Amino acid sequence: MESWLLSGSQYRLLLEASGTTLQILAYAFLLGIVLSLVVGIARLSERAWVRGLALVFVEFARGISSIILLFIVAIAIPILFGAEQAPLILLSAIALGINMGGYGAEIIRGGIQAVPKGQTEASISLNLGPAQRLRHVVLPQALTIILPPMGNLTIEILKGTALVSLVGMTDIMQMARNIRQQQLADAVGTQPVLFLNVLVLYFILAQVINLLFKVAEAWLAKRYEGGPALTGTELEAIR
Amino acid sequence: MSVSETTTARDISSKGAAGVRMRGVTKAFGQNVVLRDLDLEVAPGEKVVVIGPSGSGKTTILRTTMTLERIDAGTIEVGGRHLYHESVNGKLRPAREKHIREVRSDIGMVFQHFNLFPHMTALENIMLAPMKVHGKSRQEAQALGVELLDKVGLAHAVNQTPGQLSGGQKQRVAIARSLACEPKVMLFDEVTSALDPELVGEVLNVLRDIAEEGRTTMMLVTHEMGFAREMADRVLMFDGGQIIESGPPAEVLGSPQHERTKAFLGAVKSH
Repeated sequence: MESWLLSGSQYRLLLEASGTTLQILAYAFLLGIVLSLVVGIARLSERAWVRGLALVFVEFARGISSIILLFIVAIAIPILFGAEQAPLILLSAIALGINMGGYGAEIIRGGIQAVPKGQTEASISLNLGPAQRLRHVVLPQALTIILPPMGNLTIEILKGTALVSLVGMTDIMQMARNIRQQQLADAVGTQPVLFLNVLVLYFILAQVINLLFKVAEAWLAKRYEGGPALTGTELEAIR
Repeated sequence: MSVSETTTARDISSKGAAGVRMRGVTKAFGQNVVLRDLDLEVAPGEKVVVIGPSGSGKTTILRTTMTLERIDAGTIEVGGRHLYHESVNGKLRPAREKHIREVRSDIGMVFQHFNLFPHMTALENIMLAPMKVHGKSRQEAQALGVELLDKVGLAHAVNQTPGQLSGGQKQRVAIARSLACEPKVMLFDEVTSALDPELVGEVLNVLRDIAEEGRTTMMLVTHEMGFAREMADRVLMFDGGQIIESGPPAEVLGSPQHERTKAFLGAVKSH
């Protein structure tokens, strides 16, 4: 085999398609995080019907295979509602975001529950309201527990984006197929080299996500070492 | 003090003490009845120490007053206002959270295990409630926080996080944090029990300071009998879900009348 590399123009095509993949991932991530937070917190609500609804969502989002969910959201629903013009990229992201929300909600719930009860009790004794307790006391501490599995989940969703090639999006996976067709037509290049390169591309993207989460974790850990300190002069001014 | 105050009635002085009145309070955890038709009255500014065998539910008296545990029956009043009830057309009804939160603003609590917020500095721990609950500006909250840290002898710990402090220091920050809310009633739940022996004194000194200022009603659950004898106005012996003996420390600790009090004090002293 003469080369493990693809041609420059092929890399350019894959890079272009990476843009689509990352865009879908970004939208799915945003929706997924919001759903995770809302549903994860709702899972711990004092109201039974809120807890019930949240549980139904979680089981629904986790129980349906992502590809079926994708076909339902991106193809079936637009046909049913006569909205076939709706942007496919958003529909795909919604399907993946719902999927992420189901798993993410359980991560958030677990993170919140792992914060010692005494923290909530102390904030009740200071008369903080339920939302303030969550915002200022519980969630900041839960975040250290939430971040690592949330990073894993995000990488899962990145890999899940390859499914959108099946509903007509030109993401990395679809572009790889296109290139393959071209290779077959031109009788140049080999599939092992092509898919090996695609594999490395996904791997690099996953590592970038990994790195971003590691940076976030390090930033968070730093807050436990001292927080924003008052300088001596600031202190003097107060005294 | 009228029995059914409206939610709008407040004590005239905002920093004055408030009394606590428990009537027929019952609390059970499953089959285990911890408070049994408990009546307890604490006068404004009074310092009351609750003693009793461990597992007897002394702490539950404090926790139900702080609304950390809800009561099954009875009423609790703080500063003349019902904590768990609202009077609607002269009748007592279970209170909404809004009402509970309003009455709760008179109450503060310090915990056995400090429960400081580990992601905040000592100063930020103290600043949180003044800013978020009492609407103080950052500057005001900072000034208050520094003043209170000075007061508990931790001027140097302003920028330190709980992880960098000793147990005694943590507890003093926790006391300062509670004081920042200017509670009229302060509840102290075995606040020295988790400390190494040599650190107990520094925390008790801070409690003495608060007691000497005299404004705040204090309810303490403690095993520090010497401390109870010295600073309590009244000692309550709690067992079997009820207060079985009550009086000045010299009486209850010095010449207990009840057999179970004698047995308990005997067991404590024999250490």
